[in-house]
Amino acid sequence: MEEAVIRVEGLYKDYDTPAGPFSALKDVDLAILPGEFVAIMGPSGSGKSTFMNILGCLDRPTAGKYFLAGRDVAALDKDETARLRNRTIGFVFQGFNLLPRMNLTDNVALPLVYSAISHDERRARAQAMLEKVGLGGYAHSLPNRISGGQQQRVAIARALVNDPRLVLADEPTGNLDSHTGEEIMGVFNALNEEGITVVLITHEADIAAHARRQVRFLDGRVVHDAPTQPHRRPPSEASQRHPLPGEGGREEGALC
Amino acid sequence: MLGAMLQEAWRAMGANRLRTLLTMLGMVIGVGAVVLMMAIGQGAQYAVAQTISTMGSNIFVVLSGYTSVGGVRSGSGSAPTLTVVDAEAIAELDGVELVAPVHMGSVQMVYGSNNWNVWVMGSTPPFFDARSWALADGTVFTDSDVRAATRVAVIGKTAASNLFGEENPVGKTFRIGQAPFTVLGVLAPKGQNLEGRDQDDVLVMPITTAQRKVFGTPFQGSARQLLVKASSGEAMPAVEKGIEALLRQRHRLRDSADNDFTIRNLTAVADTAAETTRVMSLLLGAIASVSLLVGGIGIMNIMLVSVTERTREIGIRMAIGARERDILAQFLLEAVIISVIGCAIGLVLGIGGAALANQLAKMTVVVSGSSVLTAFGVAAGVGIFFGFYPARKAARLDPIEALRYQ
Repeated sequence: MEEAVIRVEGLYKDYDTPAGPFSALKDVDLAILPGEFVAIMGPSGSGKSTFMNILGCLDRPTAGKYFLAGRDVAALDKDETARLRNRTIGFVFQGFNLLPRMNLTDNVALPLVYSAISHDERRARAQAMLEKVGLGGYAHSLPNRISGGQQQRVAIARALVNDPRLVLADEPTGNLDSHTGEEIMGVFNALNEEGITVVLITHEADIAAHARRQVRFLDGRVVHDAPTQPHRRPPSEASQRHPLPGEGGREEGALC
Repeated sequence: MLGAMLQEAWRAMGANRLRTLLTMLGMVIGVGAVVLMMAIGQGAQYAVAQTISTMGSNIFVVLSGYTSVGGVRSGSGSAPTLTVVDAEAIAELDGVELVAPVHMGSVQMVYGSNNWNVWVMGSTPPFFDARSWALADGTVFTDSDVRAATRVAVIGKTAASNLFGEENPVGKTFRIGQAPFTVLGVLAPKGQNLEGRDQDDVLVMPITTAQRKVFGTPFQGSARQLLVKASSGEAMPAVEKGIEALLRQRHRLRDSADNDFTIRNLTAVADTAAETTRVMSLLLGAIASVSLLVGGIGIMNIMLVSVTERTREIGIRMAIGARERDILAQFLLEAVIISVIGCAIGLVLGIGGAALANQLAKMTVVVSGSSVLTAFGVAAGVGIFFGFYPARKAARLDPIEALRYQ
């Protein structure tokens, strides 16, 4: 069997709240294989964001195991998890989270700064990524000069610039109108077709329909886990308008 | 990596220029004050060292005793307990190089239509060596002048210019009372002594002339002071003891009697003066350092504000792979850049201020390379020290909390 990119076993996350202890995750088991496109759904408070933070190595579970590309994340120190966030995972946030004072190239190149990559190569790779998301002409613009959809494309370019195996997106269309949201989903579809594993959180069924597998959380448990019905999946127009060049030769297991 | 971090620090500092400049101003003032104060302190030390070198080295002054009439005691030198013969006896002691008896007082001298009140020192030729006093022009008087009490004198620069103006005094004749005196030579200038008195406002003549023909002293052959030069600094304690024992014996003092003379060690006086200026210099530096400290606290304050403002940015950076030490280095670098640039400006202003103090207030200032290096080192140290806490605070942020921060 192919090794899972993400495998969690018996995952618990407890918080101390003023109202007493609260379990955000209760005994979650899940495996995501390379190349999957998974939508994690659920109402607010269902534990999906907590789950995403753990997947992104930003948070640690109270109990249970998390293997990212076969490595037990609990055994890694802070620098090693930072390295995972830098090279193995690409993050896309609801609020785009671009740095306002930097132009788009510098924003996209930021992860490469923490990989000790030379200035010229950072520039070149960032420019290539901007072109890939259709914003090659905006290299020197500041984030507040472009639209929300464009900002999210830049954020996707930043997530991709260090060649991650896994893209985690937390409500990536939450701040966008539905048309722009569809476009962004087209970009994710195209990425997935290149072989990148995509996991996204959403509470919108339309958005989740783009994924090939849907996982539903409720009260900290997985209550539904099934492939998306094929007929509900709309054609990926956006990916046709912005064709992503095939990359090929991605090395499995070349984690860091 | 460093290039990217420098660019980043520059961008962050440029985002709020006024704030950055005000923070820097704290360092500018601190470093400027330290450099200026050290320049003034070291200048004072230098000036004192110069003055001390004019006194002559390894010098004792033996003062004659006081009179005591009905319990009222006059000051040192009021009784003529020391004599020229005492001086000759002291000259025989081991470790004594020179002895010069001195009799002094002030007189009015007249030349043409000019007159000037001057401090007269009557002594013997060794006086000039004991005081390391060189001649600018002419010659000094000789032992035979002393024996014959000839009316000759060597004049100090200040007295000469006041009495003779632009004329060359050598060979000129002036009067004290009705008596004519010939100028043999002009002394090289020495400047002020430690008490601030002008040492060049002086007339030096044979001691016999001073006593018999100027002051009409009733006790001829006595001396107010004996100037004793020891052969070396190491010999001074032994010489001091030797002089004391010799004079007590010569003056036939009983064991219970007080000395009828006082021995003053001028080197000790000089050391005290040097120590005083050294302490003053340290004190100035310490006070100025306080403003450097305040500047450092200013940096810490602003860096803490900056960390809070940029919490979200820190969260984003962490999410995309910044390690704690990357965040730490970023904020530390910013603090150090602010303090080092502030220091550079402060140095320029401090040195400029020192030059101005020299020009306008005629202060002696010394800007040494070591004080400049110290200031730079301290500024970088202040940046690291006061930047460390905010930077560590930034590095320890929880990325989830930081990302959620609005």
